[in-house]
Amino acid sequence: MAHFTKATSVHDWLNQRLAIDSVRKVLATEYWIPKNINFLWAMGMILAVTFGLLLISGIFLLMYYKPDTKLAFDSVNYTIMSQVGYGWLWRHIHAVAASVVFLIIYIHMFTGIYYGSYKKGREMIWISGMLLFVTFSGEAFSGYMLPWGQMSYWAGMVITDIFSLGALHLDGLVEWIRGNFVPGDAFLNRFFMLHVVLLPLAVMALIVLHFATLRIPHVNNQDGEEIDFKEESQKYLSGNTKNSKVIRFQFDFLSKDIVVLGFFLIFFFYLVFYHFEFAMDPVNFDPADGLKTPTHIYPEWYFLWTYEILRPFPKNPGLLAFGFAQVIFIFLPFLDRSPNVAPANKRGAFKIWFWLLLLTMVTLTIFGKLPPEGVFTTYGTITASFFILLWLSLPIITKFEKPIGGK
Amino acid sequence: MAIKKERRDFLGMALGGFTALGGIAALGAAKRTWDPLPSVMAAGYSTIDLSAAKPNVLNVEKWRGKPIFILKKSPDMKKDPREVIVGDNRYLICIGLCTHLGCIPSYFPKEHKFKCACHGGQFDASGRVLKSPPPIPLVIPPFKIEGEKVVIGEAGEEYKKLKADGLTV
Repeated sequence: MAHFTKATSVHDWLNQRLAIDSVRKVLATEYWIPKNINFLWAMGMILAVTFGLLLISGIFLLMYYKPDTKLAFDSVNYTIMSQVGYGWLWRHIHAVAASVVFLIIYIHMFTGIYYGSYKKGREMIWISGMLLFVTFSGEAFSGYMLPWGQMSYWAGMVITDIFSLGALHLDGLVEWIRGNFVPGDAFLNRFFMLHVVLLPLAVMALIVLHFATLRIPHVNNQDGEEIDFKEESQKYLSGNTKNSKVIRFQFDFLSKDIVVLGFFLIFFFYLVFYHFEFAMDPVNFDPADGLKTPTHIYPEWYFLWTYEILRPFPKNPGLLAFGFAQVIFIFLPFLDRSPNVAPANKRGAFKIWFWLLLLTMVTLTIFGKLPPEGVFTTYGTITASFFILLWLSLPIITKFEKPIGGK
Repeated sequence: MAIKKERRDFLGMALGGFTALGGIAALGAAKRTWDPLPSVMAAGYSTIDLSAAKPNVLNVEKWRGKPIFILKKSPDMKKDPREVIVGDNRYLICIGLCTHLGCIPSYFPKEHKFKCACHGGQFDASGRVLKSPPPIPLVIPPFKIEGEKVVIGEAGEEYKKLKADGLTV
């Protein structure tokens, strides 16, 4: 056993037993961050805080929510909204955060793509992030089921139907997932379990993994410059802070993070108090009815682009295209074959590719919300095909990219 | 030493084998836990009286929580091997869920068409696909004709024939 001395303070007592000083160094005061990064690098912190808001508001909602098809709708829309003191606040925070978190995730993702933060050495950061995105999507979907409104029911019907895998016709699998022939009590309770236990645990584990992946390659920077973190941190510790290219995470970089976070929270609570309805679909204020489909089924805004890739094609090609869109982002580090770690504007055809990808996804999002009639179907098919073509072209255009600066 | 190592290998494999067995048994239990309950499986029959049906008016009944479409055809609707003949009348009997992703199509009596608003699929009055994405016609559930009544959930002669002819899945 280690040798223990009489502690001189509570801090010393803990330090002897838990090495809190070393932990703090590794995680905060000697965790090095490049100086040349902009506000887009604060999105990670914003996501962590938003996840915290979701967790806390979710715990409060859980105390009155009832996972029963007969009681669920009223427990949310009546009990929590008008009887529980400040119940409306937790619900609005939970609903707004669930929507806004995806906006920030997309900004976070596209920042990574723009600056090449997924490239050599940083593949695991990207892959763990994409796994987190997929798990978070499951979390959002299972949560959307819980108020048991019309959209909950029919979204559950449509999404579980996907598991029959088109021509394979695995109806038995669909019924097994639902625990019934249609979404019912068994279905609601298992999605409740997924939403409050299993998936949050998986999300938290993946967040830890995502942070751990940063430890060795460190975060990228605005210029894609390869920084010798050992040398630069020595400079900093020896007092030459001005010439060092890095700063401490706590409190140097954190102060910048917190400023950005402050702006975000103003925007966030503005939505919570004045525009919470943007996060709530009016159709979901009708109780679930298994004998009546809403005239137009669509998911929340953040899933519209993948939905539009599924929708305009016939069933089997639609499922293939949908599957492609779900997984293709994970392979980005291996599809981009250029060695350049640089912002998109300093690269060749990739610059155009990046903006086309963003534009395609925005277009898909718009078409996903429009009814699938006439010209919309045609445009939807074209845009969805273009999305797939973009990804297929990526290895080719990046292969011919010229190395920057003779590297 | 050699003997000892062999014994360790054996112990390792035995441990691994038992762990695998336990794992498989646990997976089996987990799978069964997610199976539909016996009460759900038992609620499998609905009896529908056809004598009150009016031509070209869609009746929606419920079976296993799913909507069942019953449409009495009017004389001007064209004949189709998918239709069910009860007495002198022709009927469409099918599960009222679009075969694309499971939404309920609505019936437009003037056009004699079903239209699914969600993904734009269309079916004719015999449940055949007029416009994709639906990959197959509306599914005919197991049924049995008993005089003027039809029992959904039980496979009668007429249903077995339709199935043998490949007219439903």
